[in-house]
Amino acid sequence: MTTLTPILTKFWDDPQSWTLQTYERHDGYRALDRALSMDPAELVQMAKDSGLRGRGGAGFPTGMKWGFLPPPDGGPRYLVVNADESEPGTCKDIPLMMAAPHFLIEGAIITSFAIGCNHAFIYLRGEVVHVYRRLLRAVEEAYAAGHLGKNIHGSGFDLDITVHAGAGAYICGEETALLDSLEGRRGQPRSKPPFPAVAGLYARPTVVNNVESIASIPPIVLHGDDWFADMGTEGSKGFGIFSLSGHVEKPGQYEAPLGITMRELLDLAGGIRGGKKIKFWTPGGSSTPLFTAEHLDVPLDFEGVAKAGSMLGTRALQVFDETTCVVRAVDRWTDFYMHESCGKCTPCREGTYWLKQILGRLEKGQGDEEDLEKLLDICDNILGRAFCALGDGATSPITSSIQYFRDEYLQHLEQGGCPFDRSAATLFDKEGASL
Amino acid sequence: MTTEKTATTGKPAAADAADGAVEKADLVQLTIDGLDVSVPKGTLIIRAAEQAGIEIPRFCDHPGLDPVGACRQCLVEVWMPGRPGPDGTPGEPMQMQGPPGRMKPQASCVMTVAPGMVVKTQYTSEAIDKAQHGVMEMLLINHPLDCPVCDKGGECPLQNQAMSNGRAVSRFEDIKRTYPKPINISSQVLLDRDRCILCARCTRFSEQIAGDPFIELVERGALQQVGIYEEKPFESYFSGNTVQICPVGALTGAAYRFRARPFDLVSTSSVCEHCASGCAQRTDHRRGSVMRRLASYDPAVNEEWNCDKGRWAFTYPLVGDRIQFPMVRENGVLRVASWPEALAAAADGLAAQAGRTGVLVGGRVSLEDAFAYSAFARTPLGGADIDFRARPHSAEEADFLAAAVRGRTPENGAVTYADLERASAVLLVGFEPEDESPIVFLRLRKAFRKHGTAVYAVAPWATRGLRKMGGQLLASAPGTEAQVLDGITTESSRATEAMAKAGEALRGGSAIILVGERLAAVPGALSAALRLAEETGARLAWIPRRAGERGALEAGALSGRSTAEMLRAAIDGEIGALLVGGVDPYDIVAAGPAGPLTSDDALDALQRAFVVSLEVRESPVTEVADVVLPVAPHAEKAGSFVNWEGRTRVFEAALESGAMSDYRVLDLLATELGNPIGTRTLASVRDQLAAQPAPEPVAAPALDAAAVVEPGAGQVLLATWPHLLDMGRMQDGEPFLAGTAPATVARISAATAEAFGVLDGGAVEVSTPEGSIVVPVEVTDPMVDHVVWLPTNSAGAPVRSVLGVDAGAVVGLRSAPDSALTTQDGVA
Repeated sequence: MTTLTPILTKFWDDPQSWTLQTYERHDGYRALDRALSMDPAELVQMAKDSGLRGRGGAGFPTGMKWGFLPPPDGGPRYLVVNADESEPGTCKDIPLMMAAPHFLIEGAIITSFAIGCNHAFIYLRGEVVHVYRRLLRAVEEAYAAGHLGKNIHGSGFDLDITVHAGAGAYICGEETALLDSLEGRRGQPRSKPPFPAVAGLYARPTVVNNVESIASIPPIVLHGDDWFADMGTEGSKGFGIFSLSGHVEKPGQYEAPLGITMRELLDLAGGIRGGKKIKFWTPGGSSTPLFTAEHLDVPLDFEGVAKAGSMLGTRALQVFDETTCVVRAVDRWTDFYMHESCGKCTPCREGTYWLKQILGRLEKGQGDEEDLEKLLDICDNILGRAFCALGDGATSPITSSIQYFRDEYLQHLEQGGCPFDRSAATLFDKEGASL
Repeated sequence: MTTEKTATTGKPAAADAADGAVEKADLVQLTIDGLDVSVPKGTLIIRAAEQAGIEIPRFCDHPGLDPVGACRQCLVEVWMPGRPGPDGTPGEPMQMQGPPGRMKPQASCVMTVAPGMVVKTQYTSEAIDKAQHGVMEMLLINHPLDCPVCDKGGECPLQNQAMSNGRAVSRFEDIKRTYPKPINISSQVLLDRDRCILCARCTRFSEQIAGDPFIELVERGALQQVGIYEEKPFESYFSGNTVQICPVGALTGAAYRFRARPFDLVSTSSVCEHCASGCAQRTDHRRGSVMRRLASYDPAVNEEWNCDKGRWAFTYPLVGDRIQFPMVRENGVLRVASWPEALAAAADGLAAQAGRTGVLVGGRVSLEDAFAYSAFARTPLGGADIDFRARPHSAEEADFLAAAVRGRTPENGAVTYADLERASAVLLVGFEPEDESPIVFLRLRKAFRKHGTAVYAVAPWATRGLRKMGGQLLASAPGTEAQVLDGITTESSRATEAMAKAGEALRGGSAIILVGERLAAVPGALSAALRLAEETGARLAWIPRRAGERGALEAGALSGRSTAEMLRAAIDGEIGALLVGGVDPYDIVAAGPAGPLTSDDALDALQRAFVVSLEVRESPVTEVADVVLPVAPHAEKAGSFVNWEGRTRVFEAALESGAMSDYRVLDLLATELGNPIGTRTLASVRDQLAAQPAPEPVAAPALDAAAVVEPGAGQVLLATWPHLLDMGRMQDGEPFLAGTAPATVARISAATAEAFGVLDGGAVEVSTPEGSIVVPVEVTDPMVDHVVWLPTNSAGAPVRSVLGVDAGAVVGLRSAPDSALTTQDGVA
């Protein structure tokens, strides 16, 4: 039985968890002193040795990303923290920044020191104004305490952090679209190469890291890379926040070593609501292929999930019980992708527009079996053909739902409509739930 | 597909053909569809494939624009070479995949070649063929099936490639996205948003090439669309190019919309008649009418762009004032006459004034026409004076042209467009490229963007064009250009930092000085330009505004007394007859030894002399001419222009008509006079041109800078040049084009505005004893003080005809009540 490892979530229940005072009471900014006494190259090596992989979904080794920066040329280099958490189901960064923003700020200072950056940016999803306020306040506190600004802790290292609120676009979670948006342009992905490490923000070398990746840095510095690497699995080291949502008794953030299984997490979360059965779930947000009850014992690490045909993504475990119509769920996700497609490339822009119409019809029982083949073929024409991963993500729920629930699609067609009671699936009307 | 097994080419990726042969070491070997291809490093896969004869379908890709990779139509399968072994040979190529195990197609328009790369296109990769079909199908789901009524139908890349690389039948059976159609994004460009495939060619062109980012993609997803700004209208001199490069029928020209089908059109290759840029263009016509004009691809000159004037200003012969038949004046009234009668009348009149004749050619004739004028002046008229300059001019300019311009061609070392692109620095003097030679502007902007060329302008204010070239202003009042040029190289307390920097830049080795025709009116300025070139080692080129001036110079149509001197002589009775080509007397404003000559003086002179006018349309000259002989407009004649580089630009007649070009009419007239000049056919003119003896060497002018004129109280100096789009007669009959002409405003500096109590946006009156002009004022920064700038010939403000003066003149300036603006045309 895997046990939880509350590190970033350790003191979220403190009455004033977000204050500098609370953070300092929990070893806050001690890692910074240690980091500032080290050689920046050592810090990069430490990140590499810890085996920390990007927590934003793709799982790229964080230390390696830092190592890609070209040697300093005297010009500015930037750290940009991707806090544009917008994927349906993904809800780890925003609670983290809400409850304990100083993890992120201390991590950003250490990372900036490691990569030679004197101006870091936190690009925050625009809708979460409460988090924006809290981040601004935390940055203010850090300046006042001398953790930010000139000559931090007497080390001679200077750093400013700018918190920037986006305008509300899922695409801006894509790192190059984020950079365009941060520069004041429309958020649309850029061609790579050049990669941000070479020409990122304002065409300067830039590291773009997820909130949770950066927040994991202070604990690693404080306790050592071995400590971190001892957790997790061979290829997916350390801990991560698993966000359980949907039809579970106790939804929320569960911080655990990578490799924990859904069965274990469900036990911790009190099981499916009302003792119902799990029908399907997403391992890493809506753009990762669905899992079903047969995947409950898949180790939730990068390799394990990939082997089972999906992606660990952002560990956004959305749980759907047997009252849920999978066609409807997928239709609504597809609606999201159609709405959020930036419009730059054809497959994503036109493909999501088309997929949504077909799914909308199918959910109402209009169409025929050929539509399923058409859906799969359109997905095949989008996956890997779109400019960025947004288009790929849009296909995941469709292809996986047809793979596991083809009969349910057909049932819609046979009955000329949805066979499910919509209200039964809702969380607010448990009384009316009947199955 | 090519039958050769190897395709090698020296053409580098960025069309930098000027660099010549590519070093062998810079060539990259790769395989495309099994063909070994060798291309320069940095070449895009799609270009490498083209060079191997393999066409990959594409929409957003355009060789003139920065790659974007948006449409995803050009997907190819790529195998990257493996890590080199110990002996340095590349390992086995590995297929690019994503997700792992699945081939991930790459956009060939953004990916560059790598040594040992293996590329498979739709011809050799089934998965790629399917991927391309998939993209094409998706492009079409929201595209209306209105090809039968779409201007692009028949020449549409989407239509064509849907046929070659698309599914026969669409599987889309749901609801298409629709928009109200079309909407105007300017008076001349219309947008059908439903047809748009969002390739961003138009927006990239406007931003990158023209520097006019007045259109941009807005909204997102399937609702993404080309949008305009409310405050900044799409008023770009180059907007027509967006219509031409639109790969679907989303952008259409208001003038051409619904006028013709491409397959009904006959195309004639031509050269633009508007300015001295010398753009290659294609004239499309149907049943004797020109339907549209397009920019043609000529990498040495206009690349593949042209300006809106060149594209759309071709209706001027059709506005109802075309001279159809010869006319003779009888009892003070012009009446139609037969050719023999009119020729006889013209010959009689000219013969009667033998030895007292002059020839005014005008700046719009072809090289061949100009030669005929010059031959006519030499032989039948017995060495009459001849001048092609129908604009402010000077004797210094004539010497300058003879010494430093005539006979220079790209073959013998003249400055070319390619030289501009590679110049370390370019100094503009008396020349505003965007208004006066727009393709020179585009090339300078490219030079600035791609090669960091430093641009400096000796001008009264920093124009938007200058800013788009990253240029720096050497602020100077009109008339002080000579002093400023001299000041660049001499130690002086008056020299500014910018002047010193310009001087340093001009010594950079590949620097170029471009002087405009306006410098003729500044005594000593052309001499100073020569001095500056000599001293810094910079090369010098002269750029006139009109398409025919350079050819006329080469044809010898500048000899004896100048235009102004001839007109003055006509007033004084020393000249009794004038042979006049395409000349507008209102353009002739010149200072001379006998005092300034105003446009009214010019009309007076023509009134007094016996005038034979060769014209396309009725003009102020027609009103005073004694014999009028109709000649062919541009579309109806063949010939050539010599552009500012000295490059001969041959054009064909697009339309067949009975109209004769000037050379043919002059041949008839010479024969009538009993002195044939042998210019009956183009071939005979060209033979004679080729046999022309080299002109006598002429000493370069070396005038000192003239003293600067100081305006008195209530006065300022007038600065002026024409906007590209204005009231010029060759833009008549094209209201859509006129709709994007810049608004008429006077410009003064903030200090001048304060001194004269003028408010930004208020009205000012600019006046001379001849007349006054009231226009809104725009306070401009940076701008030289004590100067007012007016467009020479914009709506409501015809400077030369109303004020009777040109740049450098002292004019009165005062604030005017806004109500004065409402008077007709703004002319008080």
